[in-house]
Amino acid sequence: MITQTKRYPPRWSVLTIGVAMGLALAAWAPVRAADEATEALSPSARDWSFSGPLGVFDRAALQRGYQLYREVCSACHSLEFIAFRNLADPGGPEFSEEAVKALAAEHSVQDGPDEFGEMFDRPGRLSDYLPSPYLNNNEARAANGGSLPPDLSVIIKARTNGPNYLYALLTGYEDPPADFELADMMNYNPYFSGRQIAMAPQLFEGIVEYSDGTEASVAQMAKDLVQFLTWTAEPKLEERKALAMPVLIYMLILTILLYASYKRIWRDVDHD
Amino acid sequence: MAHASTYKPRSGFARWLDSRLPIMRLAHDSFVDFPTPKNLNYWWTFGGILSVCLVILIVSGVALSMHYTPHADFAFASVEHIMRDVNYGWLLRYMHANSSSMFFLAVYIHMLRGLYYGSYKEPREVLWILGVMLFILMIASAFLGYVLPWGQMSFWAATVITNLFGVIPFIGDEVLAWLWGGFGVDGPTLNRFYSLHYLLAFLIAGVVVLHIWALHVPGNNNPKGIDVKGPQDTIPFHPYYTVKDGFALGVFLIVLALLIFYAPNILGHPDNYIPADPLTTPEHIVPEWYFLPFYAILRAVPDILFIPAKTAGVIAMLLAIFTLFLLPWLDSSKVRSARYRPLFKQFFWIFVIACVALGWAGSQSPEGMALLVARISTLYYFAFFWVIMPLLGVIETPKSVPDSISKPVLGSGSAAASGTSG
Repeated sequence: MITQTKRYPPRWSVLTIGVAMGLALAAWAPVRAADEATEALSPSARDWSFSGPLGVFDRAALQRGYQLYREVCSACHSLEFIAFRNLADPGGPEFSEEAVKALAAEHSVQDGPDEFGEMFDRPGRLSDYLPSPYLNNNEARAANGGSLPPDLSVIIKARTNGPNYLYALLTGYEDPPADFELADMMNYNPYFSGRQIAMAPQLFEGIVEYSDGTEASVAQMAKDLVQFLTWTAEPKLEERKALAMPVLIYMLILTILLYASYKRIWRDVDHD
Repeated sequence: MAHASTYKPRSGFARWLDSRLPIMRLAHDSFVDFPTPKNLNYWWTFGGILSVCLVILIVSGVALSMHYTPHADFAFASVEHIMRDVNYGWLLRYMHANSSSMFFLAVYIHMLRGLYYGSYKEPREVLWILGVMLFILMIASAFLGYVLPWGQMSFWAATVITNLFGVIPFIGDEVLAWLWGGFGVDGPTLNRFYSLHYLLAFLIAGVVVLHIWALHVPGNNNPKGIDVKGPQDTIPFHPYYTVKDGFALGVFLIVLALLIFYAPNILGHPDNYIPADPLTTPEHIVPEWYFLPFYAILRAVPDILFIPAKTAGVIAMLLAIFTLFLLPWLDSSKVRSARYRPLFKQFFWIFVIACVALGWAGSQSPEGMALLVARISTLYYFAFFWVIMPLLGVIETPKSVPDSISKPVLGSGSAAASGTSG
């Protein structure tokens, strides 16, 4: 037993005083007024098949998402880190290799130099990266009223709460409030920072005809695109989650055994 | 404490080697039969955890360096190449990034444990100083490493932090140009940061060896903060502490694995997945969580007399770190452990609260409530070291300290008899 020679200080402790002072200051401090007219709304949480410890992609949604990217988004947005071969990778849309070869061959790619020093055009191959809509950022800006359509490869990871944000953004276009001053060439979207976005709404009912027959509602297309772009940002998501279980089970058993050994080895040690 | 070697070579080769390079003897005396106080609690397991973290960081880092390109045009893409095309590259990168975060969590616990139990006091001052040096090297290395992916936060963190050197009087601009290798953060900066990041990892490993050496001369402190009186107070490091550290390490690695596999980006900033763009400043430039308290101190300080706020902030931030070197001499109490220091114990917990408050304030814009919290916490941070620590030794009446690790205070109970033998 520890014997106390002196109670110090009596009753109220320094800690209590400190916490009380902190609370008092918190109540007194000025609160920053948020600018409600331009502050972005936070997107509501949705269930995604890829969330959670066992989450995987919805294969059909990835395929539809790619179709949507190809027919709509790719007019302005690049996917510079995705090669055609990736579309056939396990854990991705998993198109058949023949299908992807055919997709790649639709594009003409400049290659070279050949043995005469000449550049030449050839059909695209599996190892080629998806073509960019613009030659460079300057051309992209010139074509879009000064705004740069960002590359979409890792866009889901480059935004807070990426999947929910992208869904809310794509489906969240609305008419601006009467007193809202919208700049030229801009569109009102309450989920975008500052609520003004250069990209006009792109998803309209039936803008694509899905090859698997799914009805192309705006909500459906937004969901498919979120799935697809989550895959482009995190192509090893399924590999990662598949490896997680064996690693964690191994670590758990090892740790339990270590605890048992610890208790056994220490059983005769008198310590506190 | 120094102790007699108990190493016995078991083979002819071991005897031959022992008489030429007694490295096995050193290992045996340091990590097998090293007398360790028998009352160390789980807070003492973080030293081992930190060593393992460092090994994970170096091994994963060396592998990453084989695939990374330190060039302003290719760095971002080479990280994506690691994530997509290198076998288990995603695992290496997430391991490296999350281990560095957990490394800081562990080092903060390790330092607070030292603070709580007075582990920095005589005769362990050099051990503490080496620890503070390790902390500074870690800060430098983590900052340099964060720049390498060359995302928006990388670039702007590098810009903000290197610009701090601009406050040096007279030669600030020249120092900046020298650090950058140009007139701003650019390719040459990235290239040298990569080189230094790699170098610092091994400097840290070197100072860790000194840190362990300095630990093994006086031996471990312990929760009672009293000296080991004899063999009855100690047990050999192996198997007692190898197994206890092993268990704690297992728990730590499970937490690390949960981060790596299920939330690998949760501690990072989304903006770092946007390629560096010198023409676009992010809305909020925030460092990694483990730098937030110091970032808050940097921005908390107003103009002081003729010193502009920026200079004063840099001075305060550096002082906040370098004050730690003086801790063994700022603390005037003869009692080590906070267990027997009723007043210090409370000021200690307020200090912990102040550090957490600084961390929160560092993540906010420096205005209104956040600025106020940052300022009060900064004042407390310095008051704790420069006023409270020196005064407490004088005004505090410590509780009575036990005579030995084995023997309870005032010999109440039967355990007292066994403790006095030997």
